[in-house]
Amino acid sequence: MTEENQRRVVSVIVINEASVLSRITDLFSGRGYNITSLTVAPIPESKYSRLTIVTAGSVRVIEQITKQLHKLIPVLRVYEHEDMVEKEMAMIKLPISENLSDINTLCEAYNGKIVNAGENTIIAMVADEPKRIDNFLKAIKRYNPKEIVRSGAVALER
Amino acid sequence: MQISGAQMVIEAFIAEGVDTVFGYPGGAIMNVYDEIYKQDKFEHILNRHEQASVHAAEGYSKASGKVGVAMITSGPGFTNAVTGLADAYMDSIPLVVISGQVPMSLIGTDAFQEIDAVGISRSCTKHNYLVTDAKDLPRILKEAFYIARSGRPGPVHVDIPKDVTAQIAEFDYEIELDLETYKPHTKGNPRQIKKAIEAIAKAKRPLFYLGGGIINANAAYEVREFVQKTGIPAVETFMARGVLSHDDELLIGMLGMHGSYASNMAMSETDLVIGLGVRFDDRVTGKLSEFAKNADVIHVDIDPASISKLVNADYPIVGDVKNVVADMLEQVGKIDSENYESWRETIINFNELHPLTFHEDTDRIKPQWVVKRVGELLGDSANISTDVGQHQMWAGQFYPFTRPRQFISSSGLGTMGFGFPAAIGVKAASPEKTSINFTGDGSILMNVQELMTAVEKKIPVINIILNNNFLGMVRQWQTLFYDKRHAETDLSVQPDFVKLAEAFGGIGYRVKTKEEFDAALKDAVEKNIVAFIEVIVERMENVMPMVPSGGSLFNMMLLEKKGDK
Ligand SMILES: Cc1ncc(C[n+]2csc(CCOP(=O)(O)OP(=O)(O)O)c2C)c(N)n1
Ligand SMILES: [Mg+2]
Repeated sequence: MTEENQRRVVSVIVINEASVLSRITDLFSGRGYNITSLTVAPIPESKYSRLTIVTAGSVRVIEQITKQLHKLIPVLRVYEHEDMVEKEMAMIKLPISENLSDINTLCEAYNGKIVNAGENTIIAMVADEPKRIDNFLKAIKRYNPKEIVRSGAVALER
Repeated sequence: MQISGAQMVIEAFIAEGVDTVFGYPGGAIMNVYDEIYKQDKFEHILNRHEQASVHAAEGYSKASGKVGVAMITSGPGFTNAVTGLADAYMDSIPLVVISGQVPMSLIGTDAFQEIDAVGISRSCTKHNYLVTDAKDLPRILKEAFYIARSGRPGPVHVDIPKDVTAQIAEFDYEIELDLETYKPHTKGNPRQIKKAIEAIAKAKRPLFYLGGGIINANAAYEVREFVQKTGIPAVETFMARGVLSHDDELLIGMLGMHGSYASNMAMSETDLVIGLGVRFDDRVTGKLSEFAKNADVIHVDIDPASISKLVNADYPIVGDVKNVVADMLEQVGKIDSENYESWRETIINFNELHPLTFHEDTDRIKPQWVVKRVGELLGDSANISTDVGQHQMWAGQFYPFTRPRQFISSSGLGTMGFGFPAAIGVKAASPEKTSINFTGDGSILMNVQELMTAVEKKIPVINIILNNNFLGMVRQWQTLFYDKRHAETDLSVQPDFVKLAEAFGGIGYRVKTKEEFDAALKDAVEKNIVAFIEVIVERMENVMPMVPSGGSLFNMMLLEKKGDK
């Protein structure tokens, strides 16, 4: 992997208030950096939220961004993950005419299952490491998925 | 007590000890102006453009060390002020800027004079707020002042919708602030400080690299003592002018793109950089890979994001430079100033080889002479503001600064139009000193309407226009790097600056000789009203030395020696 294209996962704990998200994303967009994925949810029983940001870029710039993240007034903590457990979820809508037991077996291999069945389509979900989700999405292709949604990664330091 | 949002703004100002507010009214901020009308605790200065209000607040803050305050209306009032916010952000100047906003019910409807002000100011303020309920206003205002002045200072913007300024709520300014996520470091790590002292004691050619953070931290006198006791030579950034007095023997001069030969050579030859309140700006370092190539780096700064941002710090110390230097002073006994004797001699030799000077070899007055002359005539009794361009660099190079907060200039953003309004703010903050603005024939026109402010409020700023009929700094680059193609920089067509000043009720002088200049300056100081002194100077003078953009510090273009031609 080249210097320029390091994948990085950063978690940020912030006060859950208006505009905090744009303060954070501005630091990326102002440098022309793309955010690969971003998840946000409140931390239970606190006034904070936790964001997980996946991005790619040069180590130097990402270090700079994390320092700037620390400087934002509503930011409590920033984790640049080194040794983490990382998970992501995906949901897939498939035609009901496909082989459902095959699909179910495939999903099970990625900690998932069929979670909904409608008149013409079913919805399956999986939850696994982002890399493995990539693989799963390749494998599921042959069942003609109609719609795919990925949640973006969440991570916890070991 | 139960009061309106507008009254809260006034009460907060009074509680913060604000004595001067710069601003410009309009629809969305009218409720607050109505309360300004009713009070007599602070003065409001009506600038004639919102950009000038923010620059005036910056000048006020830089000269006084207090938080500067500006007030503007929504929409165009706010957008006019953005340049000032950006300028203050780049130079770490503590400001609280209050803007009016359309009423809450109209936000997001493209209402008259509506603009997403916090959206715009987010990237050029230290922090900002959109107030949605008057009950939050006491806390927000108190936080705004605290955030502006603490840590690495900066501008804070508070946007208040008109209905919130009318809303009645409880006002209590005694509340304890609870900023769990904002706790600036102020004490340096003692272990790092000890290591840094040991490194200094071992170094053979250490060099102080002094920055504007020292002035923000009110640490200049501690730094003077530290320099004195260690006998280590020092260079100053443009922003640090006045940290050491010009006659301090250990002060080599200013470094950087237009730094002196000796300063830039010292930085290139040092084996230990002692950076205090600096941020290794590209105009200071030149080519990074060649900057202080053989040196270890001690870097003291309040802002962790500044440390190792550009130059790796071997001894990083995050903390308020005043505290850190005080801690260092306790161990100063470990440092033997004798060790640096030959290093000091080396620097004296650099200085003799290429002293910072200029040649008086034309009929016209040289701009550098004007700066020097003002120094001789007014010296410590003047505060010096500048606009942006060649005149700015000459002011930084040749004025004999004696104290911190004497020099006020737009460094990071380089905002033409800064000087005049800033000098108004400087005079408001420190009326006992003469307020001089060195400006150019280009820059002065970018906030010339402030003549009216200065006349109305009897603020006797003396603007010295170094008239070279050029956008001189850009012309210099064109001469040197664009084969003399002077695209759109020739300002041969000009106003009559004397009549211009007079049209507003100020006084104007046009001078071509040294005698005329002395007489004009003396007269302007005595008359004590706002003045333009237009000095016709040599047109093609270049600022030297010069490190071409991206070049190495030691590779300077130098003033031709007399007789070299
Ligand atoms: C608002 C703004 N626009 C453009 C510039 C680019 N600029 C830098 S110096 C300069 C020339 C300034 O001319 P003048 O005020 O006459 O000063 P001189 O260099 O001639 O002393 C210009 C155009 C700037 N710094 N600020
Ligand atoms: Mg000019």
